[in-house]
Amino acid sequence: MSCPFGFVMVGRLEESARKATKWLVEKTPIRSLRDWAITFSLWPVHFTTSCCGAEFAAASAPRYDAERFGFLPFNSPRQTNLLVVEGTLTKKMGEAAKIVYDQMPWPKFVIAMGACAIDGGLFYNSYNIVRPKDILPVEYYIPGCPPRPEAVAQAIIMLQEKVRKGEWRKA
Amino acid sequence: MNGEKPSWLIEIVSKLSELGIRLDEAKNVLKMEVAPESLREAAKILIQYGYDHLASISGVDWSTKGTIEVIYFAESYEPEKRGTLIELKTATSRENPKLPSLVDLWPNALLLERETWEMFGVVFEGNPDLRRLLLPPDWSGPPPLRKDYRVVEEGIYVEYE
Amino acid sequence: MLSMSSEFVSSRLLFKEGDESTYELFIGPQHPASGHMRFIVRLKGDIIVSVDPDIGYVHRTMEKLAEGREAIKAIPLLERLTIIDSHNVTVALVTALERLLDAEPPPRALYLRTLLSEINRIASHLYGMGIAGIMLNHSTMFMWAFGDREVWIQLAEELTGARLTHTYSIPGGVRRDLPQGFKEKFEKAARYMEKRLQDYMKIFLLNPQIASRYEGVGILKKSEARRLSIVGPNLRASGVKYDARLADDYGAYKELEFEVPVREEGDCMARMLVRVEEIKQSLSIIRQVLEKMPSGPIFAEKYLKLLPPKTREQVLKTGHVKLPGIFASLKLPAGEAVARAEMGHGEIFYHIVSDGSTKPYRLRVVTPSFRNVVLFRYLPPGHRFMDFPAIYGSLDYFPPEADR
Repeated sequence: MSCPFGFVMVGRLEESARKATKWLVEKTPIRSLRDWAITFSLWPVHFTTSCCGAEFAAASAPRYDAERFGFLPFNSPRQTNLLVVEGTLTKKMGEAAKIVYDQMPWPKFVIAMGACAIDGGLFYNSYNIVRPKDILPVEYYIPGCPPRPEAVAQAIIMLQEKVRKGEWRKA
Repeated sequence: MNGEKPSWLIEIVSKLSELGIRLDEAKNVLKMEVAPESLREAAKILIQYGYDHLASISGVDWSTKGTIEVIYFAESYEPEKRGTLIELKTATSRENPKLPSLVDLWPNALLLERETWEMFGVVFEGNPDLRRLLLPPDWSGPPPLRKDYRVVEEGIYVEYE
Repeated sequence: MLSMSSEFVSSRLLFKEGDESTYELFIGPQHPASGHMRFIVRLKGDIIVSVDPDIGYVHRTMEKLAEGREAIKAIPLLERLTIIDSHNVTVALVTALERLLDAEPPPRALYLRTLLSEINRIASHLYGMGIAGIMLNHSTMFMWAFGDREVWIQLAEELTGARLTHTYSIPGGVRRDLPQGFKEKFEKAARYMEKRLQDYMKIFLLNPQIASRYEGVGILKKSEARRLSIVGPNLRASGVKYDARLADDYGAYKELEFEVPVREEGDCMARMLVRVEEIKQSLSIIRQVLEKMPSGPIFAEKYLKLLPPKTREQVLKTGHVKLPGIFASLKLPAGEAVARAEMGHGEIFYHIVSDGSTKPYRLRVVTPSFRNVVLFRYLPPGHRFMDFPAIYGSLDYFPPEADR
C-alpha cells in the first residue's frame, strides 16, 4: 500500500495504518458523511427476477419516478450497492442471485419485493422455488402481488432513513 | 362444424381411415387415436394437406391404467383451415415410454419433445437434442409431472352463505 | 451499449485458426440486455456462429400446481404468466372451462371481455416498444412508453379494480360492469395516444440511427415462419395473415370490423411497425365496442340463480358480481376442451383434460414466447454481435411466459 508521501509501507506499518484508517472512518464526522453519501446514491443492479419486474420498471418510469431518490439501475454489480429481488426466486435464479450478491462491494443491501419473495406467495408448494431469506440477508420486505410502485418508493425511503441513522449491518 | 364439410376435410378423413385410425369430430377439433407405428404416416398425410406445424405436444399420465398418453395438436395458418385443429393421441407404457420423433417432419417439434421428455420421461427416438430445458441442471428426482411425484397441497374450507 | 459485466459473463477460447478465434460467451441473467434468461453465444471474431438459449430461470411449475388446485383457482395462478397482459391469458382459459362446463356468457359480458383484451393489448405493445428502446440504449423511448402505459393501466384499474392482475373473466361472464364516465375518459386517452404514436414514429422508428440498426437485420422468411410455428407480430411481419381472433371464436370479434396488419419484409423494422399499426387497430375496436355494447346481465343465468335472492338483487343493481358458493368446488364434467386466444405476443393455446372431479387432471398451456424461442437459434447466426440486442428487442420475448 503506497502512501501519499511517496514511500511504500510494508509489514507492521501497513497493518497499523489500516487499523488507523478504520478507526478514523468510524469517527462521527466522516461516518455521518459516509452514511449521507450512501443514502442518496443507492444504485440497484439490473437483475430482473420475475413478474414483479414490471412494477419495478414502472417505479423507474415517469409517473412514479424513483430516480429523484438517487435510485439509478446500473449494469455492473461491482459498482452498485442494492439488490432488489423482484418476485419468485427459482433454484436456477437463486444461484445467480447469490453469485451477483457476492460480487457487490460492501456496504450492500437487499430488498425483497412481492409476496413470492416473502414466503413463496402463490407458488408456495412448488418444487422449484427458494426463499430469499435462506440465501441472502434481507433488509426490507414489500408485500403485495404485485406491490404498487408507491410501495417500492416507500421501501426505498425507509431504507434511506435506516442508512442515514447508521443502523445497518456491518460486513 | 355446421353446414357441409369442406372437401379437404373429407379427403383427410378418408385417407386416415385407410390407415386404420379411429376418427371423431367435435366442435372445431378433429380427433384421432393412432398407434405409435403409424404416427409418421399420419403426419405425412397431414403435412400434404397444409397442416405444417404443431401447436402443442402434451403428455397425460394415467397411472391407474399404466400408460402415458401423448397428445399432438396440428394447426394450419391457411384461411380455410385455421379454424380446425387436428388432435393425434398415442399411448405408450409407463415403465418404458418410447415414441418415434417427428422432428424431420414438423421442425418445431424440437423444443416441444424436449419438454415432454423432461417432464414425463418419454424418450423420442431420433430427436438430436434431448437435454434439460426448464429444470435446474442438478435435478435428480423423477420426472415432475408424473402423478407419483406429489407436491403438498392444503385443503380448502368453504363457507356457504 | 452492451457493456459486459465481466464476472458473470465469462468467455473461453474454443479454438484458433490463423487470425480468427472462436469464443464462447455467456450473456447471463444479470444483464440489461438479457432479461431473465441466459444465452450461450459462440462468436468468431465479431460474427455470431451459434446461439443457444438457456431458459428455465423463471420456471414456476404452473402446470403441476394447477393439477392440485380447484379449477377456479387456476385463473389467478395462470394470470402471472404474462402479468402485463393478464386478461388475454385468462380469457382463453375461461373459454375452455366454459366449453367444458357448457355455460354460455351473455352478450354484454363478451363485449366487456373484448374491451379489456384490447386495452391490455395496447399496454403490452407499449411495454414491448419500451424494452426494445432500452436495449438499443434509447432511454427516451423507454420513459415515454412506460409513462404512456400508465394511462391504459389507469383505465383498466377503473374497470376492474387492479392495475395489472385483473382476474376479470370468470366462467359464466365477467366480474364487474362498466363504470360511469368510462367513455369520455377513453376518448381523452385515445386522442392522446394517437398524437403520441406520431411522436414515437419521429423519435424512434423514423430516427436514422435506429432505422440503420433495424432495417435488413434479422430477416425471417415466410416459409420458415410457417414451419417453425412462429406467432404474433413476428409472423405477421413476414407476410402471413394469421390472427387467433379470426381463428377461434371468443369475445365479440365476429361482430366487429378490424384489420390485421401484415407486412412483407420480415426484418426488425417491419415487426415494430406491425405493433404500431396494431395499437391503432385496437383503438378503433374499443370505439366500436363502446358504441355497440348491448345491455343486459353480465353473469350467466345458470349461476346467477344459485345466489340467494337478496344478493342477486344487489348484483343486478350495483354491477359487482358475487360468486356463488359452488364456485369453490365446481365439478368439471369428464372430457376435454381446447381454446386459443390472441395475446399481444401471439397465440396462446390451452388444453384441459378432466376426469370428473373438481381439480383438472391435466392443464396444458403453450404460450407464444415458448413458440418463439426457436428464433434465437435461427435468426442471429451470421450477424454481427451488435445486432443481437436489436433482434432481441424486436422479437418481444417475455421469459416468464416461456418458462411457465
